[in-house]
Amino acid sequence: MVFKLNNQLLSRMAIGDGHGENSSYFDGWKAYDSDPYHHQNNPDGVIQMGLAENQLCFDKVEEWLKKNPAASICTPEGVAGFKDVAIFQDYHGLPQFRNAVAKFMGKVRGDRVSFDPDRIVMAGGATGAHETVAFCLADPGEALLVPTPYYPGFDRDLRWRTGVQLVPIECDSANNFKLRMEDLEAAYEMAKLNNIRVKGLLLTNPSNPLGTILDGDTLRNIAAFTNENNIHLICDEIYSATVFGKPDYVSIAEIVDEDRKSGRNGLNLDLIHIVYSLSKDMGFPGLRVGIVYSYNDVVMNCARKMSSFGLVSAQTQHMIGSMLSDQEFVEEFLGANRARLAERHGAFTGGLGRVGIRCLRSSNAGLFVWMDLRRLLKEQSVEAETALWRVIINEVKLNVSPGSSFHCSEPGWFRVCFANMDDETMEVALGRIRAFVAKHKEAMKPARKLCAQSSLKLSFSGRIYDEFIMSPRSPIPQSPLVRART
Amino acid sequence: MGILSRKATCNTHGQDSSYFLGWEEYEKNPYDEATNPAGIIQMGLAENQLSFDLIEQWLAANPDPASFNRHAPGGSVFRDLALFQDYHGLPAFKKALVEFMSEIRGNKVTFDQNKIVLTAGATSANETLMFCLAEPGEAILLPTPYYPGFDRDLKWRTGVEIVPIQCTSANGFQITEIALEQAYLDAKTRNLKVKGVLVTNPSNPLGTTLTRPELNLLVNFISDKQIHLISDEIYAGTAFSSPGYVSIMEVLKDKKLEHTELADRVHVVYSLSKDLGLPGFRVGAIYSNDDRVVSAATKMSSFGLVSSQTQYLLAALLSDKKFTKNYIAESQRRLKQRQRSLRKGLEKAGISCLKSNAGLFCWVDMRHLLEANTFEAEMKLWKKIVYDVKLNISPGSSCHCVEPGWFRVCFANMSEETLELAVERLRTFVEENYNDVIPRSRSGHEMLKGLRKKNLTKWVFRLSYSSDREPEER
Repeated sequence: MVFKLNNQLLSRMAIGDGHGENSSYFDGWKAYDSDPYHHQNNPDGVIQMGLAENQLCFDKVEEWLKKNPAASICTPEGVAGFKDVAIFQDYHGLPQFRNAVAKFMGKVRGDRVSFDPDRIVMAGGATGAHETVAFCLADPGEALLVPTPYYPGFDRDLRWRTGVQLVPIECDSANNFKLRMEDLEAAYEMAKLNNIRVKGLLLTNPSNPLGTILDGDTLRNIAAFTNENNIHLICDEIYSATVFGKPDYVSIAEIVDEDRKSGRNGLNLDLIHIVYSLSKDMGFPGLRVGIVYSYNDVVMNCARKMSSFGLVSAQTQHMIGSMLSDQEFVEEFLGANRARLAERHGAFTGGLGRVGIRCLRSSNAGLFVWMDLRRLLKEQSVEAETALWRVIINEVKLNVSPGSSFHCSEPGWFRVCFANMDDETMEVALGRIRAFVAKHKEAMKPARKLCAQSSLKLSFSGRIYDEFIMSPRSPIPQSPLVRART
Repeated sequence: MGILSRKATCNTHGQDSSYFLGWEEYEKNPYDEATNPAGIIQMGLAENQLSFDLIEQWLAANPDPASFNRHAPGGSVFRDLALFQDYHGLPAFKKALVEFMSEIRGNKVTFDQNKIVLTAGATSANETLMFCLAEPGEAILLPTPYYPGFDRDLKWRTGVEIVPIQCTSANGFQITEIALEQAYLDAKTRNLKVKGVLVTNPSNPLGTTLTRPELNLLVNFISDKQIHLISDEIYAGTAFSSPGYVSIMEVLKDKKLEHTELADRVHVVYSLSKDLGLPGFRVGAIYSNDDRVVSAATKMSSFGLVSSQTQYLLAALLSDKKFTKNYIAESQRRLKQRQRSLRKGLEKAGISCLKSNAGLFCWVDMRHLLEANTFEAEMKLWKKIVYDVKLNISPGSSCHCVEPGWFRVCFANMSEETLELAVERLRTFVEENYNDVIPRSRSGHEMLKGLRKKNLTKWVFRLSYSSDREPEER
């Protein structure tokens, strides 16, 4: 009786599964946590390739910080500004911060388009930004369309506390996973038939997990569709500066600009919103810099009020404001970012190609590849994909992310991150993959043997334990910061 | 059938309240000693600006934590911080924070760093607790007067309702059993299921600490009703004089209720915005004995984590026990002295305050200056004070006070000189517009001034320190 009372004392939200962290997806983290790779200390450990982090350009940032101590309010050079920053809690944000972020976003898009600093609204990371946008655009029970495969965090960010639903639009390899207009239209119609009130469409462009971008025409067609049906278009452009090769990136901001400049004014801008963050482009997930950029004044004002629940620390605003105001640094950073991502991507896909493993073609962005392991599956099923995944974690000792965790409708695809490690580690990972492929070709023959191999050392219960609960996108429980201090 | 959500198009964010309108007026014409001496003095902002020098001194003596020049094994500190987004928070910071919280409470209670959840300010902490403890449409009881921001923080996106526990000046606005029971009944009448009580201790806007009888009353009440108690202790470190601060956790400990089921229903909200004067850093926390609340709130904190570089800096600051000990004592001493300045100054203007021992403001009694005992009269008086006396203070109605005539006046966000000027403006205003309000011990000249009859609806206002101006028509 007391227990029952206790359960009713907490909200359904607190007790339920809406946070999405009970997915078996997190078993990969568990394996990595208990046995993390380290060059010297644990060379046989699990290599983390499930973490979409950008670690390639920290040297550039560190160099800048050394040369600009006043960017930190806590240095002798910067302490004079401490007080003003420490008391600054205006949710409009520090002007220098907003100006610098707007300029940065423009630079990322080759200055083909500019952003209005007054429309820059802060949020608690892109996580907070997505939730805020959902709160602004939809009531509980209403829905957003999302093409699959998509970032697993959306299930939590867009739905958990908002009560909003997600309606997936399945995309498959036949079309390189590109969203087809007929699929978009069909999904929209189907939702209406099922009495689901669709309020908008969410695109991640560049795509996570695909690493591809949408071409201008497709983006225009999509914008025309949402415009015609009077539903919102939310573009998550969090990976915009990770586009490292051709074709050139086209942001929704450019489509908007084009529409206005041409005098057509065919697009209702009140329906267009951009979500951004510095977590991927700059590699700063810990600083929690999320941005909502909406062309709709009511949404902008509402999001700004909601930003009270997740403002960016003024200390961080100050530092980022200084850093991104330095145009020379920004250009150098963006150039290096592109070049190093291109190089790493080339080296990785090249290495994979040499052992016959293909990745999604035309991927020219992101911090990962979308790896095609379909022919290694016993059968084309989610179970077979999961079995293969467990083998990869436990035998190959790589934590990769199975396509099913991204709601991919086609089994056999895996997202493999490459920008969160050094060259040496990448070589080790490639070496393990080579060895696995060689061995697997043998093991494929007697199917039963594979089954035995895949009924692993790790017993799978399908539910994670509380002590392994994980952070939003990419935790580092083994971070030296954690190790050193406990 | 709108294209936006109801949340986006309604007013529940509470920002149309007069609390915020006063701010807007201030923004248009802010006082500055040098450049705008006739501007509006901000007395509506509960900021603690009295002890920054102590922090700046510490920073000067400890340049390491934020300069990012150090190299950790395997990489730089900056890199590790930039990548650190674990919602469990930086262990060193949590440890330092719980120890600081304990120190503020005279080390009479200790806090477990595994039960604390870091959030982007108390704003986020309070909202998150609502999401965890209540369904949309359920209710939380709050004693009035209360912080206007609660209307947004507790209700807006959560759909939770606030039912007020009416407190009055009859007993210094203390919480009574009758008031609690009445509030519970009011909720029932409105068909609202009550999930808990939320108190701010020390109180905003009263500036008083909850007495032991009140705390005991609350414990009994939540025990009886089987509901939660949230104690927002954001001002805990600002208690500067007797009777001294008693935290709810201390009461649980004294009553030997610490490891009981009831203790699982007591949650503390904290922040560094007031005690340390760092609202810009967005450091808030939820402390709960209920593992499920800690677990759920931790996941929710994803929507508003504390910046890793801020956690790192503050971990170093708060780990320095010599600093924290000195800071807490010195900050309280300065707050006490500043509160006294305001109090004495107001007395000279014939205005009294609620007796207070904490906070960054006084709860000022201007009932005798109202034309009538109504909220319309309060608004009228407030507008005069904002637009003509040029002081932005907060009217009691914005804090949901049931009695017209009370105002919250902040004292810790300005220099001593500015405070004196503010008080002088008020004194002049009262002198020129009201008879027999100023205390009798005056010079003959002042008595003559006091005898002048004034029509309260028309006056010419003279600022002592600027040229003559006609008041604008409102």
